[in-house]
Amino acid sequence: MFIASGDVVPSFKGFTLIMPAVSVGNVGQLAADLLISTLNMPRVGYFHTDCLIPMVGNNPYATSTEDAAQLSTSAEVYSHSDLKLAVLQIRTPIIQTKVRSFRKLMVSWIKSSGFLRSVLLSSSHAYQRDDQQLHGTSLRYLLTPSLQKEESQRVEELGWREMERISAFPGISDSEQRLYIPGGGVTKALYTDCCTEDLPMAVVLIFCSEGDNIPDAFALINHLNDWLHLLEKPTQGSVQWRVPPSWRLLFGSGIPPLLF
Amino acid sequence: MATFFGEVLSVYSRAVEEDEYDDMTNENEEDEQIRREIEEKRSVHVHWHSQKDGGSVPCSDLIIAEGPNATGFISAYVLSSGGWTAVGWVSLWNERSHGSERPDEAPGPGEPSCILYQQKHTPSVLICQCSCYVAEDQLFQWTEKVFGCVQTRDLTVTVLSDCSAAEYKTSDYLSGSSVPFLRSLRTSAHKGPVACPPLDQPNISTGLAAAVLSFCQVQRIAAVLYQCYSDVLQPDSLTMQTYRAAVSAVLKLDQSPSAEVLQKITRVGELQSNLYT
Repeated sequence: MFIASGDVVPSFKGFTLIMPAVSVGNVGQLAADLLISTLNMPRVGYFHTDCLIPMVGNNPYATSTEDAAQLSTSAEVYSHSDLKLAVLQIRTPIIQTKVRSFRKLMVSWIKSSGFLRSVLLSSSHAYQRDDQQLHGTSLRYLLTPSLQKEESQRVEELGWREMERISAFPGISDSEQRLYIPGGGVTKALYTDCCTEDLPMAVVLIFCSEGDNIPDAFALINHLNDWLHLLEKPTQGSVQWRVPPSWRLLFGSGIPPLLF
Repeated sequence: MATFFGEVLSVYSRAVEEDEYDDMTNENEEDEQIRREIEEKRSVHVHWHSQKDGGSVPCSDLIIAEGPNATGFISAYVLSSGGWTAVGWVSLWNERSHGSERPDEAPGPGEPSCILYQQKHTPSVLICQCSCYVAEDQLFQWTEKVFGCVQTRDLTVTVLSDCSAAEYKTSDYLSGSSVPFLRSLRTSAHKGPVACPPLDQPNISTGLAAAVLSFCQVQRIAAVLYQCYSDVLQPDSLTMQTYRAAVSAVLKLDQSPSAEVLQKITRVGELQSNLYT
């Protein structure tokens, strides 16, 4: 559940919520990191739940030694009141047996907070694309019915591609078409829950593989920015996202000199 | 996934397990019951030796030790001096900690366990020595149940935890001479002095220590974690000594425990026999 970190309980009415799904390559989480770090979003609360593996560390977005010593937990909420934006960052995997509770928790929090709309940043295994998905861009979107009314025209203008439905039995042409997001974690389930509960949610995902997923995170966040205009795009070049210090040493410590 | 040579490899992701979630909605009553029984079996319980009247135990300082060196340190430098009584224990079951055969009785010496000690002359100082493995899905419950029994107003929590030096990320290579060393993490409510430098990003803490610290951060309890990075995972006297700086402010320590006491603790890790002796 959401617990405010300060004395004032923040109001999220009319805000846009951006949250990552813990999915292949952790792309959604990396993209959320870029957003929080670049926009300098202050933390407004914690998501204290038994559904996530616990983890603590010092401030991952520290800009100086003064703010480096703030303790950070496995799921926290950051807010930007001018942009009416809230970002829920999830840093650890969901415990296997608690996936359903986690979905229920998310849906009820979204409902009770009064978010205008939510955006789920996610990813899917690139190697599981079928023939039609191999062509063109690797970015996809999904909109729940209640968000479709407002945003379908806008996403068409942007030239976005909707996530295709796959045959339940590939090869058999008249089998039912269903949504399939392998490697997406809770993406499909949460999207389906929001459709059922009639909540306005958009899913923005990218096809990728495990490895150095930083370029995928940049691709995803730039794609999102084209829609939401969170940061001004300069006339030349692309948006300067700030990489947080917690991204240092992503692939291990320095090399021992004796190795050579 | 097909590779260059034509064999098919299964791909795994560091982030997600393969989709097993789809089938969860098709559960029947029997599955539900099995799930409930497993949950019941994995639940965590705090037991007290003397009957408590249901209120919380007054507590000003709670020290939690997890890991072989942290618990070894507490045994050798703190508990061996006497002046401590075992007042309770935490019972749980998981694949690595089968719990006691007799769940309603306190665990015997040498059994992996989670025991609560109270200082005789200052009963508001408690120690929790955790030598059993607490599974990921039990960490939250463990923390809630243990903290549910103690008074949390004006409480200061100190957590001692072992960690492998291989997990410490630094841009300069960590040479053998700097190990073992301590790093600290503390909650926003903790204002007192800290005995070692803070744990710098990108390093993090997980497990029981993280569960306790997360709880304290959210509930605004003053807490500090001392994580000891060592290249020896078994109880080792040099590693145990490193924790002295961490608790000297809270507890009076037995500055030089007897060799006998230390040997008993470190002997656990020795090989019983090998091919060459």
